[in-house]
Amino acid sequence: MLDGSSVDPMVVRPFIIRRFVKESHDTFSFGLEPMVGDRDFRFAPGQFNMLYVYGVGEVPISISGDPTKPLSLVHTTREVGTVTRAMRILKVGDTIGVRGPYGTSWPVEEARGRDVVLITGGIGLAPLRPVIYYILAHRERYGRIVLLYGSRTPEDILFRKDLERWRARFDVETHLTVDRASGSWRGNVGVVTQLIRRSPFDPLNCVAMVCGPEIMMRFTVSELEKRGVPYDRMYLSMERNMKCGIGLCGHCQLGPSFVCKDGPVYRYDQLSDIFIKREM
Amino acid sequence: MGATPTAAVLDAGNLQQLLDILQKQNYQTVGPTVRDNAVVYEHIQSVEDLPRGWTDEQTNGRYRLTHGKGKKFFGYVHGPNSWKKFLYPPARQLYAADRMKHRFDVVAPEPSGIKPALIGVRACELAAIMVQDRVLMDGEYIDPEYKARRQNAVIVAVNCTRAGGTCFCASMNTGPRVQEGYDILLTEVVDSHGHYFTVETASEKGRAIAAQLATSPASEEQLAAARQAVDKAARQMGRTLDLTDLKDSLYRGFDSIHWEKVAGRCLTCGNCTMVCPTCFCVNVEDTTALTGEQAFRIRRWDSCFTVDFSYIHGGSIRATDYSRYRQWLLHKLAYWQDQFGVVGCVGCGRCITWCPVGIDITEEARAVKG
Ligand SMILES: Cc1cc2nc3c(=O)[nH]c(=O)nc-3n(C[C@H](O)[C@H](O)[C@H](O)COP(=O)(O)OP(=O)(O)OC[C@H]3O[C@@H](n4cnc5c(N)ncnc54)[C@H](O)[C@@H]3O)c2cc1C
Ligand code: SF4
Ligand code: SF4
Ligand code: FES
Repeated sequence: MLDGSSVDPMVVRPFIIRRFVKESHDTFSFGLEPMVGDRDFRFAPGQFNMLYVYGVGEVPISISGDPTKPLSLVHTTREVGTVTRAMRILKVGDTIGVRGPYGTSWPVEEARGRDVVLITGGIGLAPLRPVIYYILAHRERYGRIVLLYGSRTPEDILFRKDLERWRARFDVETHLTVDRASGSWRGNVGVVTQLIRRSPFDPLNCVAMVCGPEIMMRFTVSELEKRGVPYDRMYLSMERNMKCGIGLCGHCQLGPSFVCKDGPVYRYDQLSDIFIKREM
Repeated sequence: MGATPTAAVLDAGNLQQLLDILQKQNYQTVGPTVRDNAVVYEHIQSVEDLPRGWTDEQTNGRYRLTHGKGKKFFGYVHGPNSWKKFLYPPARQLYAADRMKHRFDVVAPEPSGIKPALIGVRACELAAIMVQDRVLMDGEYIDPEYKARRQNAVIVAVNCTRAGGTCFCASMNTGPRVQEGYDILLTEVVDSHGHYFTVETASEKGRAIAAQLATSPASEEQLAAARQAVDKAARQMGRTLDLTDLKDSLYRGFDSIHWEKVAGRCLTCGNCTMVCPTCFCVNVEDTTALTGEQAFRIRRWDSCFTVDFSYIHGGSIRATDYSRYRQWLLHKLAYWQDQFGVVGCVGCGRCITWCPVGIDITEEARAVKG
């Protein structure tokens, strides 16, 4: 694709922050627009960009916006360390460097005609939100849609407006749970994997998309397996250290694969052998 | 384009011609020279810079250079450097960001335009360059500067006529005879006919340069002498790595208890990764000019032996020493085959020589194979 070109794929394009939304005490979203050139930013749900903060560093962040509206590039980030902290104090009008989109995507095509089960915890909802936008825009192509979302506390719940909209629809099953209840929370308490057992989907005709901490994904796989979902209908998004996003820096290696180009989204039957190995 | 060797002979006294021709064509001539008691690769101007008469003794964790009575230019076996420092430099600026208030612009450096002439590339080293080609310029995303230097480069290969103490290229099918990928191939011979090089070419570029050398046609006898010298090197080689079932047996050995035994000796210093000619991992650093108006992103060679290498929020993926040694060895010998269709080790033996505690990759692979 870029072969033969003299443009270094490590060089970012400057984008301007047009919108900044505080999602929770540690999580925020921004909408970006390129400083020059084509505004259209096409991506597939599940792909990520490398985002560069001036003088601080560059980190992989999934695209959390609507793939059917490529004019607005949206990212949702949780502040955990140096680069993400520097990102949080950026303001509307500031510049951020972008390169991408990179990586594999969620199987929205393979899921046609089937039930779609989305299981996620914490910031993991961000990489899955484009799937929800996409399948709701093409609702007739899919069977039942089930979203199971776990959050630490009610205050940590992301994308509240979206969630309210999805909960209000009769054709989407949205179930939330929190690890610790607080205030007026009257919903589920406990880990998200507990919800899998009683969820209304057809295990033999569904596609499951899972994104969360590795330990949560392990339990999720085992619950899905108990329900009879075959490995080749489960998809997981993996996280590894990434310094390039394009297969050149070596940091994201997971056994024989590069998470940045063979992932982040893997079909579980292709991952199961390495997923169970520690420190691979 | 197939290799159609046209064998000629160059008297050793005329070797300087080669450097002169290359320099006249604006090539940066780089080659072996002695520095700090080791043969390293640096910019060279004349044959006086070459390590004439020097040979090395190498074994696990040990390298010693001695000056003998011999008069060969290429009588040494490679030292700690590899050619990758000229094709994929240890540090390189990716871009600068110029700030104006809260905005910034991105300025990518111009292509360097460097034309390297690599003089004295051994068979295993050429194989290593071709391994790096697959990583850095044959995939979907490439490093354009690497590709440009690679396409600009002239490779003057030299056949090994003596095996080093840690070499195992014969078992990796990468040497000691240079097979492909070169422009000019020299074999250095000292015998009753004198001190001379047989000269072969395998590219238009190589033929055009060789045509300007004061060569004479090679005699059958001279060609035979060159062949035998390389055969001798192959016979001398003391170490082997068995390629049979290598990948699958190493995958089976992932949970071997042997990893912890190696880790007991390994200092996780990363020397092995720094001397290895195929290792390609890099990190990126950010710096800001004192005025704060300019920031730079610098790419640097990195090592999978650091704890930070695999760090993600909450901790490192490979926190234990043994998991990092295992990553290194399995990447070289097993994962690489799935990733790039070749083994990631060319059998140069550097990691054995330059390991402070003398860990031998061939022995460890044997011990782990399940
Ligand atoms: C494919 C992919 C998609 C991601 N999508 C999102 C997202 O949509 N929203 C979000 O909030 N986070 C996402 N992350 C995680 C995010 O990249 C890290 O939180 C971020 O790199 C932390 O950087 P830091 O400098 O703030 O943290 P520090 O703890 O200071 O990290 C130091 C360095 O370690 C590395 N690092 C640390 N944590 C991670 C991590 N979890 N993953 C990868 N590298 C890490 C980075 O190189 C970072 O610069 C994603 C990660 C990957 C691999
Ligand atoms: S792993 Fe060791 S022997 Fe193999 S190419 Fe690298 S340095 Fe040479
Ligand atoms: S194997 Fe040897 S050279 Fe490599 S990290 Fe361990 S001690 Fe250092
Ligand atoms: S992030 Fe650099 S190789 Fe995958």
